Amino acid sequence: MIDLLASRYTYVLMFVLLGIGIYMAIASENLVKKLIGVNLFQTAIFLFFVSMAYIDADGASAPIVPHHGEPGEVMVASPLPQVIVLTAIVVGIALTAVGLALIIRIYSEYGTLREDTLREVRADE
Amino acid sequence: MNSSLVDLLPPLLIVAPILAATLPIALGLRFDRTGWSVAAITTGALFAAAGYLASAVHAGGRVTHTLGGYPRTYGIQLVADQFSILIVLLVTGVATGVLAYTRRGGPRGNTFYTAYLLLVGGLLGISLTGDVFNLFVFLEISSLATYALVASGDGPESAVAALKYLILGTVAASMYLIGVAFVFMATGTLNMVELAEAIPNAERQTLIQAGFAFIVVGFATKVAQWPLHTWQPSAYEQAPDGATPLIAALVSTASAYAFGRLIVTVFEVDYLASMPRAASIVLTVGCVSVLAGTVLAVIQREVKRMLAYSSVSQFGLVIAAYGVVIAGGSETAFTGAAIHLVGHGILKAGLFLSAAIVATSYGARTVDEYAGLAKRRPVVAGAMAVLLFALVGVPPAVGFVGKWYIALGAVEAELWPVAAVIFLSTMLTLAYAARLLEKMYFTPAAGAASARGHGPSTVATDGGEQSDGERGSDGGDESAAEGREDRASDDGAVETPLAAGVSYDPTGGPGRDGPGRSPDPVSSGMVAVVVVAALVAVALGFAGGAFADFLEPFLTEVFN
Repeated sequence: MIDLLASRYTYVLMFVLLGIGIYMAIASENLVKKLIGVNLFQTAIFLFFVSMAYIDADGASAPIVPHHGEPGEVMVASPLPQVIVLTAIVVGIALTAVGLALIIRIYSEYGTLREDTLREVRADE
Repeated sequence: MNSSLVDLLPPLLIVAPILAATLPIALGLRFDRTGWSVAAITTGALFAAAGYLASAVHAGGRVTHTLGGYPRTYGIQLVADQFSILIVLLVTGVATGVLAYTRRGGPRGNTFYTAYLLLVGGLLGISLTGDVFNLFVFLEISSLATYALVASGDGPESAVAALKYLILGTVAASMYLIGVAFVFMATGTLNMVELAEAIPNAERQTLIQAGFAFIVVGFATKVAQWPLHTWQPSAYEQAPDGATPLIAALVSTASAYAFGRLIVTVFEVDYLASMPRAASIVLTVGCVSVLAGTVLAVIQREVKRMLAYSSVSQFGLVIAAYGVVIAGGSETAFTGAAIHLVGHGILKAGLFLSAAIVATSYGARTVDEYAGLAKRRPVVAGAMAVLLFALVGVPPAVGFVGKWYIALGAVEAELWPVAAVIFLSTMLTLAYAARLLEKMYFTPAAGAASARGHGPSTVATDGGEQSDGERGSDGGDESAAEGREDRASDDGAVETPLAAGVSYDPTGGPGRDGPGRSPDPVSSGMVAVVVVAALVAVALGFAGGAFADFLEPFLTEVFN
């Protein structure tokens, strides 16, 4: 068990981050913090992908062409998850941008960033 | 048939709308209103291309394109087969129809059409991709465009609805991504065909089971299944009237398609049937949504909200059909799910378009305000009645055929509760459809006077320049009824504002039709789109057997 934790500590870290992110997204009343929570949630998944690339290759180096050594000698991590995470990061940035734009609109219309206040303001109208 | 051209069609179908999406903004710097023309040319061409691709698929089977020539083990493949081409046809067809509506119905503006084309591109990507990670990217592209479309509605409420949708939609897509990560971890590939071979032979089965669980949660949110549907009613309600039909007809449909694709092509039915509790979870989610969605729809007052909750239940039927497919390996239920996806898309597009027409011309948004609609707009009311009956599942409309196949599959698989749920939901669907029909046809329009002051486009008439025998709003109810009867005869022609207070500003839009004549907010083209939707819904009902024949090669392949 301890061995497993020691060798796979990145996974544990990812799921702690995942939990913090989803908790923020649900529990925080502040809209910006909610969005940060969603971001954290996504980032944890990205990190999960990155660390997963090293799964069967303990001690593997980053997937770049090595300066020295013959091909086949150096153990590298799988480049595929790392490449696709790049795309996912781009998507995440676009989502954050759209979300922030919506929050700006809500703030300029209702004058608040808090969800509970927003609920009261909307109920009054 | 030139095979190299057909091979190029799948990537073109995705790339063309996304590239064209830049044009309205770029051209908008020089010209005022190019957005609609660009969108019309693009979606029209896409529809034609989809038809050509469909005929090629029908004649020669699956069409694949390997992007960049990279092998599918780590490259991306685009696949058009019988199942995906149905959704491609639905997406391009509905997009073209809704576009015809927005010509006069709005919303206008170049940025709207940019989002519109992006959405179409993303949805076509979802339909055609053969790669589970690529599916995530296209899900997010189409979601991003949808958030923008929802937020473009009038008033600040739409921004709140869009933000809610954004947070839930992002978490849902991330859940799917976790599932993909788990499956990738166990198998080392992302291609759907490769995954289908690798999944049963994988060493770490727990990872795959966890992955499937995450994927189910992700899609249950994206498809708006109870209790994860909460984003959907407010998003549909707050989106602009011209955008809701597109969103309601296509966005969740594409997600539901993707879920079905993962079930039959990636995980495969035999494997899922052996997975503990997979079938019962999918079945339960679907059946509960069917009942919860219809019950919630029955208690709604707003028409758009009612239709939104109705989507929750209709997609519940599709998910329940997937459950039957997993539990019983039923080809019939799968055919039913495919028909219901297409049929529901057309029905919801037609219904939301009718609701948009009514809202544009009278500002009527609640069920009560629909009173007497059949007198004032017989054509729209008639089309709406046909679409509502089709939604309930009255033969021969398409809503019946889908339900019939699903119920038949459930009975064949001896899943009697599912058949009972379908029957019960039909009754409840009738409850909310009948309420609207009763208002439209049997409640006198005088009741509409109580609707005074509703709706954002409501402007009290000032009795000003009205040259065609119309009076101002200061008249009593009797004369109002009189004026209404005058107009009952000329539906589709110049429609003058309803005198009972809920009306279009007669002095608005100066110059287009000349002074002194109130511009008709509803063109005959807009009405024609709704009528076509109703006709297609009925015509497709007769094509149930053709659907089954068309899907036959796909079904024999995935069900062995």
